[in-house]
Amino acid sequence: MVLAADAFAQNVFFYVIAAAMAFSAIRVVTVKNVVHAAMYLVMVLAGVGAQFILLASEFVAATQVLVYIGAVVVLVLFGVMLTRAKLGQDVNLTNDYWWLGAVAAVMIFGVMAYSLLDYYGDEPLDTAGAESQLVDNTGQVSDAIFGQYLVPFEIISVLLLGALVGAIVLARKD
Amino acid sequence: MDDVMLNQFLLLSAILFSTGVYGVLAKKNAILVLMSIELILNAVNINLVAFGAHNGTIVGSVFALFVIAVAAAEVGVGLAIVLLIYRNRRSVDLDDVAQMKG
Amino acid sequence: MFAAETVEAGFFLEHAYLIPLIMAASFGLTLAIGKRLGKHASWIGIASIGACFLFAIVANVQWADYVHDTEHAAEAKSDTDDHGSEDTSDDGHGDEDESNSEDESHGDDEEHSIGPVLPDDVGPTVDGETAAARAPPVEAAAPAVPAAEGEEIEIVPITKTWTWWTNGTVEFEAGMLLDGMAVMMLFVVTLISLLVHIFSTDYVAGDRRYTHYFAFLSLFSASMLGFVMAQNTLQLITMWELVGVCSFALIGHWWEEKPNSDAALKAFLTNRVGDVGLLVGMITLFFAAGQTFDIIEINTLANEGAITHTALVVASCCLIAAVMSKSGQFMLHTWLPDAMAGPTPVSALIHAATMVVAGVFMVARMYGVFWNGLVIGGSSINFLAVVGGVTVLGGAGLAFVQSDIKKVLAYSTISQLGYMVMALGVGAWTAALFHLFTHAFFKAGLFLGAGSVAHSVHSFDMKKDMGGMKQFMPKTYVTFMICTGALIGIFPLAGFWSKDEILAGADQLGSGYSAFMVVGTLGAFMTAAYMTRLIYLTFFGEFRGGHHEADAVVSHGEEDHPVDEDHAADPLDHADHSDHHGEPHESGPRILIPLYILATLAVVAGFTNIPDSGVLSWVPEGLALQFEHLFEPRGGYFPSLSEVGPTGVTFAHPKFDIAIAIGSSLVGFAGIGLAYAWYFKGMGPHGITERSKIAKAGHTFLVEKYYLDHLYTGIIAGGVKGPIAKAVNWFNKKGLDGIVDGAGKSAVVGGKFVYNTLDQKIVDRAVDGSGLAAEGGGQAFRQMQTGKVQQYAAILFIASVVLAGTFIIVI
Repeated sequence: MVLAADAFAQNVFFYVIAAAMAFSAIRVVTVKNVVHAAMYLVMVLAGVGAQFILLASEFVAATQVLVYIGAVVVLVLFGVMLTRAKLGQDVNLTNDYWWLGAVAAVMIFGVMAYSLLDYYGDEPLDTAGAESQLVDNTGQVSDAIFGQYLVPFEIISVLLLGALVGAIVLARKD
Repeated sequence: MDDVMLNQFLLLSAILFSTGVYGVLAKKNAILVLMSIELILNAVNINLVAFGAHNGTIVGSVFALFVIAVAAAEVGVGLAIVLLIYRNRRSVDLDDVAQMKG
Repeated sequence: MFAAETVEAGFFLEHAYLIPLIMAASFGLTLAIGKRLGKHASWIGIASIGACFLFAIVANVQWADYVHDTEHAAEAKSDTDDHGSEDTSDDGHGDEDESNSEDESHGDDEEHSIGPVLPDDVGPTVDGETAAARAPPVEAAAPAVPAAEGEEIEIVPITKTWTWWTNGTVEFEAGMLLDGMAVMMLFVVTLISLLVHIFSTDYVAGDRRYTHYFAFLSLFSASMLGFVMAQNTLQLITMWELVGVCSFALIGHWWEEKPNSDAALKAFLTNRVGDVGLLVGMITLFFAAGQTFDIIEINTLANEGAITHTALVVASCCLIAAVMSKSGQFMLHTWLPDAMAGPTPVSALIHAATMVVAGVFMVARMYGVFWNGLVIGGSSINFLAVVGGVTVLGGAGLAFVQSDIKKVLAYSTISQLGYMVMALGVGAWTAALFHLFTHAFFKAGLFLGAGSVAHSVHSFDMKKDMGGMKQFMPKTYVTFMICTGALIGIFPLAGFWSKDEILAGADQLGSGYSAFMVVGTLGAFMTAAYMTRLIYLTFFGEFRGGHHEADAVVSHGEEDHPVDEDHAADPLDHADHSDHHGEPHESGPRILIPLYILATLAVVAGFTNIPDSGVLSWVPEGLALQFEHLFEPRGGYFPSLSEVGPTGVTFAHPKFDIAIAIGSSLVGFAGIGLAYAWYFKGMGPHGITERSKIAKAGHTFLVEKYYLDHLYTGIIAGGVKGPIAKAVNWFNKKGLDGIVDGAGKSAVVGGKFVYNTLDQKIVDRAVDGSGLAAEGGGQAFRQMQTGKVQQYAAILFIASVVLAGTFIIVI
């Protein structure tokens, strides 16, 4: 672990970022303006990237920022603009049976939290010996992707191509 | 606060996941639903990377990367569909798309 | 009992699994390139089914050889055995020769031709006993007595299995199980399917989904052929469902019209009801038989009494539900007449060779289970026979009031299937399969004949559009008459022999089972009467149709679609047009040739199982009872002829009884005579349904099909939405409360105490609560159908979370 030497500092970072993320995530689904929601989504995605760095996966963190914040959010914003959502207040973004969704969400969180606390308890993230194996993360990731996981990688690239073509076919006017 | 626990990450991920589920179920605006799906996928990514770090293996990161790629594809197609719906119905309100009623 | 492995099975028997594969390939090929071939697409299907038919014929011939060889080997063996035991030497010459030759053939048969496997497989033994030890393990388990006179010689079925995947200790296999009944079905299915293919090339010529039609015809044949060869219950279920899917696709072939797609849906959904029974039954058997899917093993274990009786009863009752839906037994038969919405050749295929006989075949296949589970032949009447008996009469009764020629035939099929199920229920296994065999030919002939008529007049309505067809279509008329004769059971046509065997089978058990002989005889009477009515309305009297031809729109291209012809065409026009234009005409050769073949078979098929007892004792042994001899399974997986099973009943063959034969024939002729007098001569109280209230009520009852459809759609299906909930609530409030009240009031002190505490507080609340819950549930379910995906998803999420939470808490 890159920062494992100082667990306290790491924890401080974690909780500050996590609090911001939780807040932003809830704002994404409660705010009354779609563009604002997108901005809060950027916060969450950036937070996730930060958590990746805390978890010593800097390559994934970089990809997260590049792909999500750089591409996905921009795409979403384009979507917002193209569907002419008003840039001001959007009153009725929530449907009439939102309570059903709230119940589902709370129940899901309850079950997950219960089972996680029950099963993992206070188990440390850094089990013995795990630390040393994660040095040179990026190199290992590239080794894995272009070695053992080459076929899935290729399939995913074909999938992306397919999605690209599909998106064009769906969205173009003719 | 003297040790980093696995559960920190998992619970954070659970919060993101539940929020995303709520968004998917309760939002009328199709684009907001897509954003909520991004939340869910990110929750999954945190889990993957956290477990990878926990087990001292790189596989978690690799799969997180794959998920990111798939998410990108999903957003592209999803937005294309939303645009199509908008073009046909002048609205992205999902309550208007209630055609599953028998 | 003797080792049958000494006998080599022919190539075509060993590789019969190719037959369904050929048809499956034909399905794929037709779909892939059929569109490009246009109207030649049918040739793929015809060529494949033709090849399969030849394959099946050769397989049948080889099967006959196989049976004979097995018997000869066994006889030769029994001679040497006797000899050896007299000599009391440790290695007689004969034995050694035998074991040597066995060694070789055993060697190459071993990997595929496995007899029923028992855990303690045969190990090396003392030299002299090698031959006996080489016998299949089941026989080793059976008492190894030398062949007495009439001792059954085991015919080991030809099996081939491939392990599909393994899960723990359970092997999921795919394979082939070829015994007499499977070989017989191969012949029937491929023949009927071939004729239907040929017939269809004319009948659906120019159809908009010509390739689709032939592709599904291929898949239909493939799944049915796979079904009859299924080696394990898993495969049986898969093929069973495939047959259902294909029938769905073909019944709804012209799905643009609402009635057709409704009929297809109805067929599919009704079958789902029974399929639940099939699944539950097969799962029960899977666990009861020690986690095996192997059909032979399950049957063997059932015959040995190794499966508990309770498990067998549960399994066979569940499987009967499946038979009821698939084979159109009473209560779940309602889909069958509606399925007439499909193209006529498909109806012929469904009714003669595939779909509906699947249920009967399944019972025959799992007969060890049914035999022991229901104690067939025991003192009490069993469920299977009752279902069949009710169906015989119920189906025949409905056939009287139909005006659609195909629906009469559909109800006739229901009735005949009732005969088969009843025969299985009274232990006349061979009679049931024999009737299946003969019925396939004459019923296919009748359906194709009806199709030929309808093709000519563009309608199925006998009362409106037919009549006097005899003069227009003499050839169709002759074949139709022959097939009708066979169905009624006129000597010496096919139906006579098979129906008679069923009646004799019902009779031989005596006691309560004689009732089924009466039922069967009554059914024969009704069959004769309604078929005479059908013949009269179709072929005799004045031609009532012709107005369809008046609108010259009807071109050949649309002839494929007789069902939805516009019935409202102007009837006045036909007078001047019908003479030169609208006259019905005889069908072409592609329709007639299948009819000729089927009519011929309807005449001769009965002689395959001609009995040689009673007055027929002059029939030479080599000719008599060939069907029974060749196709009835002999071995540990089938109720034994010689040994008493765990239920204390011995399987037996009915003897030909001249009294029954003459009696049922007379009854049949009486039916014909009565119907003849009524319809042809106009005798009897016509118009009684108008005058007599009782007769009218009976007529309405029949027209409304015993109100079963109302029961299903109106009461059962509609009930979920609220009414039934309200009714339950009302009943609870008024009915049960009243009883409880009355009981409480009439009681003295002790009673009052019970009333106050128990009835009022607990019973009442539970009763009220259940009523309210049902009503609330009905309302809630109705409101849940909003069509909004997010709501559905929310409910899905909540449900799965509850499930997950339950698991977490429990585990």
